[in-house]
Amino acid sequence: MSVLQLFRVALRALAINKLRSALTMLGIVIGVGAVIVMIAVGAGAQRRVEEQIRALGSNLLLVMPGATTAGGVRMGFGSSSTLTEDDVIAINRDIPDALAAPALRGNAQVIWGNANWSTQIYGITAEYLDVRQWALASGRVFEPPEAASAAKVCLIGSTVAKQLFGSADPVDQTIRIKRVPFTVIGLLETKGQSLMGTDQDDVILMPLSTARTRVVGSANAAKNRSIGTIWVKAADGVEPAAVEVQVRALLRQRHRVQPGADDDFSLRNLAEVMAAQEASSRVLALLLAAVASVSLLVGGIGIMNIMLVSVTERTREIGLRMAVGARTRDILGQFLVEAVTLSLIGGLVGVTLGIGAAIAIASIAGWHISISPEAVALAVAFAFVIGVFFGFYPARKAARLNPVEALRFE
Amino acid sequence: MLIETRSLVKLYRMGDTEVRALDGVSVGIGKGEFVAVMGPSGSGKSTFMNLVGCLDRPTSGEYRLDAKMVSEMDSSQLAAVRNRHIGFVFQNFNLLPRTQALENVELPLLYAGVSKKQRQERAMKMLERVGLAARSHHHPAQLSGGQQQRVAIARALVTEPLIILADEPTGALDSHTSVEIMALFQELNRQGMTVVLVTHEPDVARYARRLLRFRDGHLVSDETQRPVAAAVAA
Repeated sequence: MSVLQLFRVALRALAINKLRSALTMLGIVIGVGAVIVMIAVGAGAQRRVEEQIRALGSNLLLVMPGATTAGGVRMGFGSSSTLTEDDVIAINRDIPDALAAPALRGNAQVIWGNANWSTQIYGITAEYLDVRQWALASGRVFEPPEAASAAKVCLIGSTVAKQLFGSADPVDQTIRIKRVPFTVIGLLETKGQSLMGTDQDDVILMPLSTARTRVVGSANAAKNRSIGTIWVKAADGVEPAAVEVQVRALLRQRHRVQPGADDDFSLRNLAEVMAAQEASSRVLALLLAAVASVSLLVGGIGIMNIMLVSVTERTREIGLRMAVGARTRDILGQFLVEAVTLSLIGGLVGVTLGIGAAIAIASIAGWHISISPEAVALAVAFAFVIGVFFGFYPARKAARLNPVEALRFE
Repeated sequence: MLIETRSLVKLYRMGDTEVRALDGVSVGIGKGEFVAVMGPSGSGKSTFMNLVGCLDRPTSGEYRLDAKMVSEMDSSQLAAVRNRHIGFVFQNFNLLPRTQALENVELPLLYAGVSKKQRQERAMKMLERVGLAARSHHHPAQLSGGQQQRVAIARALVTEPLIILADEPTGALDSHTSVEIMALFQELNRQGMTVVLVTHEPDVARYARRLLRFRDGHLVSDETQRPVAAAVAA
């Protein structure tokens, strides 16, 4: 008999016991559905991490000032102001593989017309956008003369633009930051969430000199040219870890840190942080898929159980088929195809329900999902293999029946 | 000789004891004969039938069917012989449930690799031959016992076999229907079909032209008789 004929015979046999066939398939349906959902959720989480990495740039180092100690109370990183603009200049001058950009951070209330919004202010240099790989959606970046003269110009992030201007064009409008009028000269491209989940577009960028004198300025900060953070980008093709070593050595030397003493700054390699996050999300996805596979395995055992019952029930039919000329391999094929049909139909239904469930999860819980054709094909192939594996033993049992005894079976 | 056995022996092992189900049976059956095989239960008549039907292989001895040495074939060759040359009719009909009469008749052709169109044509012709053309789309449950046995006979005939082997074909039927079925066998025999019938009912055996009696694994008598004509009351 051809495979097509076997398939037709199998469908008919399964149709005779519709409820039983459906219940047997249910194990595979749930197993495949769970695998699809788990892979979709896992892959979605992984893809989101990858997107964040792409948005942030994987070759970045972040330098923050070290901790201060006030009367035995250690204040944590960023509480002192050990980093200065001169550190940035030194890194750019002495380490050819590194591009450093300072950022001085502050908070301010911003007003345009009758709208107002509280946001973060960053005083930056022209290198900052290059280091962060951040482009403008419209407008222009500030010119060196504007930076030198502390001109009252700024670039705004898309969240700020939406909060203040709605759908209006913000470029060339005048906004008031801490009651100082600023001209918006550029709108930044949307960058999305950071790895820590903060909105990177809720920001206003302006020349470092402007920020220091007009917005963030404290007397102390103005005096020692201190800055909040330094972003360092490793040149293309250079290991961020190698640049990290050079930056650390340079800063220790400039800050006169004694050998053996702790750094007075904190240096973080974002690539490592992100690699760790990516690895953990991958492990999670794998774990979820493994759990789902167990239910698929249980479904397979269900198929084997029902096929064994079916072989016993249909012993006389098997005997008759042998009497009218079915060979061992015809009987083997018939029952194997029946088991595979159960598992394949279950697999296809499971894929449909799984994709539906994944989309439902995405819209209800707001999780990111990613359904790849490979994952779907893999799940169906797995269901097929389960059908063959768990269908083989019952089918062989049927094929090995003695026709004389099978015909006499009551 | 269509069927020729020589010193056919079949041993069964039941626990520690060995049962000689068939103990050296030599017999020949020619083309076109109508033979009844009789004997009490345990006489070896069913074993003889299973060997002749190629469902089982003898422990020793030879069996030639149409001059081919069947007793030396492997299981898939035996399956092919059963498919092509032997038509079985059973006491309990052994039709596939929830399957139309026509498809039941087609079943042997499915294993012979005949195309769907040809299968249907040939199966339909056989149903006509047993007088059930009008019931071709009925399921076994919708047919009477006699009608089911006719479907089974059509199935046995559909591959145009050398012999029809009927094992207690009237065992599940009332006497009136039994006569009808025996009339059908006599008619087939008249048309040239070789029929071997296993039964323990002397009434049924009377319709055959030759009677083989078995006892304790031996063939104890082999006689020719004047068959009774099965009178069919329309």
